[in-house]
Amino acid sequence: MEKVITADKLTKKFGDFTAVNAISFEVYKGEIFGFLGANGAGKTTAMRILSGLSYPSSGKAMVAGFDVYEASEEIKKNIGYMSQKFSLYENLTVKENIRFFGGIYGLGRKELKTASEQLIERLQLGPEVNKLVGSLPLGWKQKIAFSVAILHQPKVVFLDEPTGGVDPITRRQFWELIYEASEQGITAFVTTHYMDEAEYCDRVSIMVDGAIAALDSPLKLKQQFNAASMDAVFLQLARGAKRSD
Amino acid sequence: MSAISVKNIEKSYDKGAVKALKGINLEIEEGELFGLIGPDGAGKTSLFRILSTLILPDSGSATMMGLDVVKDLWKIRKIVGYMPGRFSLYQDLSIEENLNFFATVFNTTVKKNYHLIEDIYVQIEPFKKRRAGKLSGGMKQKLALCCALIHEPKILLLDEPTTGVDPVSRKEFWDMLGRLKAKGITVLVSTPYMDEASRCSRIALMQGGNVMEVESLSNIIGKNNMILYALRSKEMHRLLKDLREFSGSLSAFAFGDEHHVRLSRDEEAEELYAFLLHRAHEMVNIRKINPEIEDVFIQLMQEQHS
Repeated sequence: MEKVITADKLTKKFGDFTAVNAISFEVYKGEIFGFLGANGAGKTTAMRILSGLSYPSSGKAMVAGFDVYEASEEIKKNIGYMSQKFSLYENLTVKENIRFFGGIYGLGRKELKTASEQLIERLQLGPEVNKLVGSLPLGWKQKIAFSVAILHQPKVVFLDEPTGGVDPITRRQFWELIYEASEQGITAFVTTHYMDEAEYCDRVSIMVDGAIAALDSPLKLKQQFNAASMDAVFLQLARGAKRSD
Repeated sequence: MSAISVKNIEKSYDKGAVKALKGINLEIEEGELFGLIGPDGAGKTSLFRILSTLILPDSGSATMMGLDVVKDLWKIRKIVGYMPGRFSLYQDLSIEENLNFFATVFNTTVKKNYHLIEDIYVQIEPFKKRRAGKLSGGMKQKLALCCALIHEPKILLLDEPTTGVDPVSRKEFWDMLGRLKAKGITVLVSTPYMDEASRCSRIALMQGGNVMEVESLSNIIGKNNMILYALRSKEMHRLLKDLREFSGSLSAFAFGDEHHVRLSRDEEAEELYAFLLHRAHEMVNIRKINPEIEDVFIQLMQEQHS
């Protein structure tokens, strides 16, 4: 299987504080990888390194075939990113956002036209495309933001709590978009505080105090921790945490 | 007398273009731990701002401990503690300074009401000289709760205190709210996490500016009973698509490691099983279940849309 992300003893220190402590894992093409952990466990720091936004202190990592030390600009071109905090420009229309991000991701005019038509059709946007993003319900924004983040067919898309605050129907529709992307071979690297969503991942890692405390499929994790749900697995691991946010 | 009474409150923004609250009614008793459960855009924050006298409703009326939110705003401000969704303490004051500031504004002292905040404050006290802007999310949240409590409010309004908070810290926060309830404080708290409904004495399910239902969790589930089955098979994603294509499905959604399907008659369960075998699903497991709060919310949302 093709590896899209490899991390080998990846470490990040801020002064004498070790935010990420020698984490090692691999993520495969098309995989939906859940990256869980308590607030302050080091998830955001690790994600910033993997998306080329910050350098590690030591250890190795390759993302989409590029080294995080040497080719962080190449990494940025080959990944997609969305979070609840940053997704789209509220005072641009949907169409303008698509054009803007398509341009940023380096799509040519023709490619952009095809990609944006497909996006509009898949999400059944219709007349909404000419509305300001700020006027749309959050669920819509998040679905559009995700589609925009994979407009350039990246190898991997990083999703940082993409469904926070979204209603239960839209939350599930959002996951169906993730499944579709995964079927097209796009790897999804996703964080969430909804433990039912952990069950939708192919594999899940749980970070505690900067280290990966467990990593496996949801089914195997539940067996390993003798727990009925991922919520129970998470509680068992995170309750032992010494540091909290 | 209700602690909080809301009658036909309407609120719109942008000259009526955005209807945030579409005529809602609520009666919350003294000493309740009451949950407003709903996604972003349900109208939860608008309601909090009206109840905390920060904005005026377009129409309708509301009272807090019998005081009118429009006429008696100064009296209400003395008896209400409000913790907005966005952190809004002074970033360049320390923990200690923020707390003293809020106590002084309300003409009291930290010492006098320390008993109310003690079990929360001891967790952040080691950092009391640190500026609020330099605190982590969890510590900011605890400080904000202390500041909202320091004038001994009768009613505490908490707007999405657990959004973006991990499951362990969320449980701890709800334990804290339980202890405040035990002290007799009426607590109105909003959340997008449906699993938190079980921690409330009663809940209101909100969506699109409407209150869909107000009851205790068990009554809401009892009232909105449905014929519901949980399914698994070897290929979960294909299973979901096929469940939606089955003629008897009223709805089908993923729920953790299972899918939930709503049927109109129990007899259809056997037909569904046969249908799935026909579609070559392996290791099909089907069982009848009682709905959870999210099943009810989804059903109410669908009824509202149709």
